[in-house]
Amino acid sequence: MSRKKIFLLMTVPLVVIFFLFDTVPLLTGFVYSLTNSKGFGTFRFIGLSNYFRLFTDGSVLSSYWFTFKFAVVTTVVVNVIGILLALALNSNVKFKTFFRGIYFLPYVLGGLIVGYIFNYIFTFMLPSVGKALGWVFLSSSILGNAGTAWIGIVITVAWQSVAFNILIYISGLQTIPTDIYEAAKMDGSSSWNTFWTITFPLLAPFFTINLVVSMRNFLMVFDQIMSLTGGGPASSTTSISMLIYQNGLSGNQFGYQSANSVIYFIIIVAISVFQLKVLNKREVQL
Amino acid sequence: MTAHKTNWLTTILVTILSVLILIPLYMAIVISLKKPSEMGTNLANFFRFPKILQFANFIDAITTTNFFQTAFNSLVITVCSVVVVVLLTSIISYAIARNMNKRFYRWTYYYLVSAMFVPFSMLMLPLVKQLSFLRIDNKFGLVLMYLVFQMSMSVLLYVGYLKNITVSLDEAAYLDGANSWQIFWKIIFPLLKPMHATVAILTALASWNDLLLPLVVLSGNGNSAVTLPMAQLVFQSQFGTNYNLAFASYMLASLPVLIFYLFAQKQIISGVVNGAVK
Repeated sequence: MSRKKIFLLMTVPLVVIFFLFDTVPLLTGFVYSLTNSKGFGTFRFIGLSNYFRLFTDGSVLSSYWFTFKFAVVTTVVVNVIGILLALALNSNVKFKTFFRGIYFLPYVLGGLIVGYIFNYIFTFMLPSVGKALGWVFLSSSILGNAGTAWIGIVITVAWQSVAFNILIYISGLQTIPTDIYEAAKMDGSSSWNTFWTITFPLLAPFFTINLVVSMRNFLMVFDQIMSLTGGGPASSTTSISMLIYQNGLSGNQFGYQSANSVIYFIIIVAISVFQLKVLNKREVQL
Repeated sequence: MTAHKTNWLTTILVTILSVLILIPLYMAIVISLKKPSEMGTNLANFFRFPKILQFANFIDAITTTNFFQTAFNSLVITVCSVVVVVLLTSIISYAIARNMNKRFYRWTYYYLVSAMFVPFSMLMLPLVKQLSFLRIDNKFGLVLMYLVFQMSMSVLLYVGYLKNITVSLDEAAYLDGANSWQIFWKIIFPLLKPMHATVAILTALASWNDLLLPLVVLSGNGNSAVTLPMAQLVFQSQFGTNYNLAFASYMLASLPVLIFYLFAQKQIISGVVNGAVK
């Protein structure tokens, strides 16, 4: 067999599988979004009316509001803590590898289990801390209150995902040659200045990766919410993924939630492209 | 940056903060070893170590969640996914990397990699229909899905890595009469070892801990608990009031991955870095 044929044989079957199970569902999802399908039985095409309905549906709008609020806040939290801890773990601390091991530990645990553990902490442990100290805001579970439940989810998801960010920033810090720092020191640059003029700009590509990956993952949050609040109280923590899963598969809204997922898809792609465009402009090369 | 001088202030800070990581884990272990009567609601009770370790919680958890069966299912699915992903995506990556100058392969590359931005929720509903229509709403279908969803990231990683493996190796082997297939298996595949490890770890973590995909793919055929994360979900709703039993079950579900982490910590950490930075 010729080189050309073998290479084609290595490529085509897998691309066909990929097309069948990634692109075909994407396309059929779009087709379903134009129907009134319940997920079973007959259905008919209803044009774009699912899409019009989405923009006036309170539960859809509130799930978008929750998901964006959650994703933006968690992305900021995780990146600020991630940079600080990466700087700390990259400096001359004792037992460096040991600490990196500990800080990375949450990443390997399942989101569901982590959610259950924090559910217990928020429901039983923190209220008893609150009562012991006489702090009113802590004396009842923050997960039980529609106004504060999302904060519990931010804390839990951040606790687990910060590991990934720390690691990326550490590997970024290791690409910066130390002689630049020595030169900056000779010029009398303060450590605050050194961070903003040297470290941060050179860390920019890693900042981009972390921002894009975190934002994308947090917009798709599912497991932790399932185990922390189940979407409640009063649907205040129902993420877009959860809404699509629950109402699309068992709520007779197959076609309608397909339209929802098309919009959701467009938004995620738009945000990722926007982030890459804007952030790439700010990157500097050595 | 003065070299080799320990920064004690930062060390202390890092130590204090690491407690925030360890407290929830310590708490989970302690609860799983207590009797319900030892729980109490005052603060000291949460941290107090149990007088007598209740290993019975673990035995109960094993029987009520059918632990060995679900753990075995998770293991089979994870191992199969890792093997399939490593073997197949490294092959296609080799073909792509060596033909990047041809339009077909370049477009294939962009096509596969750009799928990374498609949220799973977008595919979820039609996939359920498609898999049950094809009668593969089972473990086989699940492994197939992990192959499809890990493909973008793996191809990105392998192709990036293959750029650093010189083509002259291939050329020399062609002159000796080998074909591309033989060259891949005899020369390239062994050279890809660091990337194999990275891809294997990322795939293993993704399939072992995953909840949504098994939930969606397997829910149709009546098996309420097939993988470990699914078993935890069932467990929570049925035995929610016995926290000791519940936590014993969570610990059991996390134990395999924790042991794995203990032994492969360095590999895992460098694997994740490789996986994201390229």
